[in-house]
Amino acid sequence: MRSFIYTVTFASLVGLAFWAYQENIKTKNAIAHTEKLQKEIGIAGARLSILNAEWAYLNRPDRLTELVDLNFGRLQLVPLRASNFLEVDEINFRNDPDLPDVVSLAVSLKKIGGSRD
Amino acid sequence: MTEAMNRVAIRPLSRILPARLRGDDPDKIEKENLKIRHEQLRDGERVRSNIRLLLIIVMFACIYTAIGARLAMLASSQPAEPVAQSNNSLIFAQRADIVDRRGRILATNLETYALYVETRHLVDPRNTANKLADLFDDLNANDLYSQFTSKRKFLWIKKKLSPEQMQAVHDIGEPGLRFGPRETRLYPNGALASHILGGASFGKEGVKSAEIVGVAGIEKTFDSQLRDPSYSRKPLKLTIDLSIQAAVEHVLEGGMRLLNAKGAAAILMEVDTGRVISLASLPDFDPNHRPGLPVRGSADDSPLFNKAIQGVYELGSTFKIFTVAQALELELVDPKTKINTKGPIRMGGHKINDYRNNGPELPVWQVITESSNLGTARIAKMIGPEKQREFLSSLGFTKPTSIEMIEASGGKPLLPKRWNELETMTISYGHGLSATPLHLATGYATLANGGRLVKPTLLEEEKLGLGQQIISKEVAKNSLAMLRGVVTEGTASLADVNGYFVAGKTGTADKPSAQGGYDKEKNITSFASIFPIHEPKYVLVVTLDEAQDTSGPEPKRTAGWTAVPVSAEIIARVAPLLGLRPKFDNKSSVGVTLSNWQE
Repeated sequence: MRSFIYTVTFASLVGLAFWAYQENIKTKNAIAHTEKLQKEIGIAGARLSILNAEWAYLNRPDRLTELVDLNFGRLQLVPLRASNFLEVDEINFRNDPDLPDVVSLAVSLKKIGGSRD
Repeated sequence: MTEAMNRVAIRPLSRILPARLRGDDPDKIEKENLKIRHEQLRDGERVRSNIRLLLIIVMFACIYTAIGARLAMLASSQPAEPVAQSNNSLIFAQRADIVDRRGRILATNLETYALYVETRHLVDPRNTANKLADLFDDLNANDLYSQFTSKRKFLWIKKKLSPEQMQAVHDIGEPGLRFGPRETRLYPNGALASHILGGASFGKEGVKSAEIVGVAGIEKTFDSQLRDPSYSRKPLKLTIDLSIQAAVEHVLEGGMRLLNAKGAAAILMEVDTGRVISLASLPDFDPNHRPGLPVRGSADDSPLFNKAIQGVYELGSTFKIFTVAQALELELVDPKTKINTKGPIRMGGHKINDYRNNGPELPVWQVITESSNLGTARIAKMIGPEKQREFLSSLGFTKPTSIEMIEASGGKPLLPKRWNELETMTISYGHGLSATPLHLATGYATLANGGRLVKPTLLEEEKLGLGQQIISKEVAKNSLAMLRGVVTEGTASLADVNGYFVAGKTGTADKPSAQGGYDKEKNITSFASIFPIHEPKYVLVVTLDEAQDTSGPEPKRTAGWTAVPVSAEIIARVAPLLGLRPKFDNKSSVGVTLSNWQE
């Protein structure tokens, strides 16, 4: 009986040692993998920040103003001013019988908007 | 079992019986046998203990060998931290970005390389020096050559290289030219908001990296936070709006050029929160190539000088509304009270007079719309120095503003040495006390939000509500009505921007001349405005330095012809960007009107 217990204990010791060894290897692999991933994330992050910087540089207001001036003939972009705003009922909606009555909708929308002021 | 089988009897009958027959003592036989058995047992025990000892020796030898070997390995190998889990705290540490209120980048980092030379690896110093001098205009071939051939082993050539320059240096093919990786601060919008951002430069430098240190503005104020690795991926969000800032700077620059001004400043602020949407100071600079500090001339001529928060100026008649608001608050006058405007007032060798004759008396509201120095001075006399000082202190006019900029402490108001009756009268119309445009904007914000103090801020996260009530709502409302009157029928008629109901007050102050006294030809013109008046949301302060409108036969230098049209254009451009819905209905819906007071 005693020798049976000894055998079982020893076998389980060997088994546990094998398990622990495997876990250790797996952990090390996982760490190596995350390190690799983090390196990749780092590189991607660095690229992203360069792209962001480039995007910001290309969209800087000075350049956009210049582009607006250069393409004025085609686009005719001008700064937004108060005169560019209209009341809803001043908009000339097309009277299409297939569409809902947008004019009355617009007027009721204006009423809602007006009550919020 | 075998032992039991081989067991020798201690009293074997085969010996006992003959011994008894012989008459011997059988116990002797027993003793003898016992002795033999004991000896056998002892011998066996010794062998076993010897084996055990040997085992222990071997075991200990193994353990000690293993420990010794491990120690030797540790001693001879590179030290490394034991890794029990993956370190996911930081992927790449870098200075945090600065973004505007809508997340658009104002400052970020860019990977570049620095160029250095290790002279012992140089193959052809002469050729290298020539080629480097060809590539970079600021380098001199002979200087480089003498440095390359001197005793120095190491020298920096360039702190930042563009990718093209780096490739060009690569193409020289000289092994002594080395590149050190660097992160540099990039301001993609160039000079835009340069005074707010300030700038950054390199601190401690190594071959592999260099630390970036903020040198001015937000970069310096929040240097430790921006550098803190735990904030590295969380950008610092400002209250500035990039497109509005661009529009303000654009209009201000145009105005400055048209009016031949030396400098200009503008501040746009939310009246309820103190958030600064735009803060501009011209001339400005490119923070990517921050110029050096001026070595000559006055500091405020340098483009680095932030006129909006560092420049202390006598802000002229824009101050008058504070005097009137205080008098209304103290119930010394009401808007219709008639004030003596006969001039001049002579006091202590000083003469106070109006810009033009306003007749013998004006009601209080017209003292503001007509901008009467005499009227304001007489109202201030009723208030008295003590109370005036107290009131202006509570509005923040006696100490630097608390905006989160390192330069703010430089904008310390200049107060009179003695604050007596004469000073009270001059301060009432904005002379004798100098403050920054930001002080003025903060003061006007208090009038606009119904009389509560605000703290100017540049941080979007700062949740600052309204502060202490300084003046009553009624007084604030009446003050706004008078300021609206300045636009509808007073000196700021050019500011009546269609749809946005602007109110405000002009201010023109002659600049102190170098010889003492005031220079009649040079002045600071300001316009402090609030819009839209029916629902005050924003304060705009525009200040121009030595502006003059030369379009007519006589140069016009008053604020009404300089700061006011510039402000009007800024409001017309910026209000739609702020999401303000213009109102085109008649003025009765505005709620604030002068008609109650008009006779």
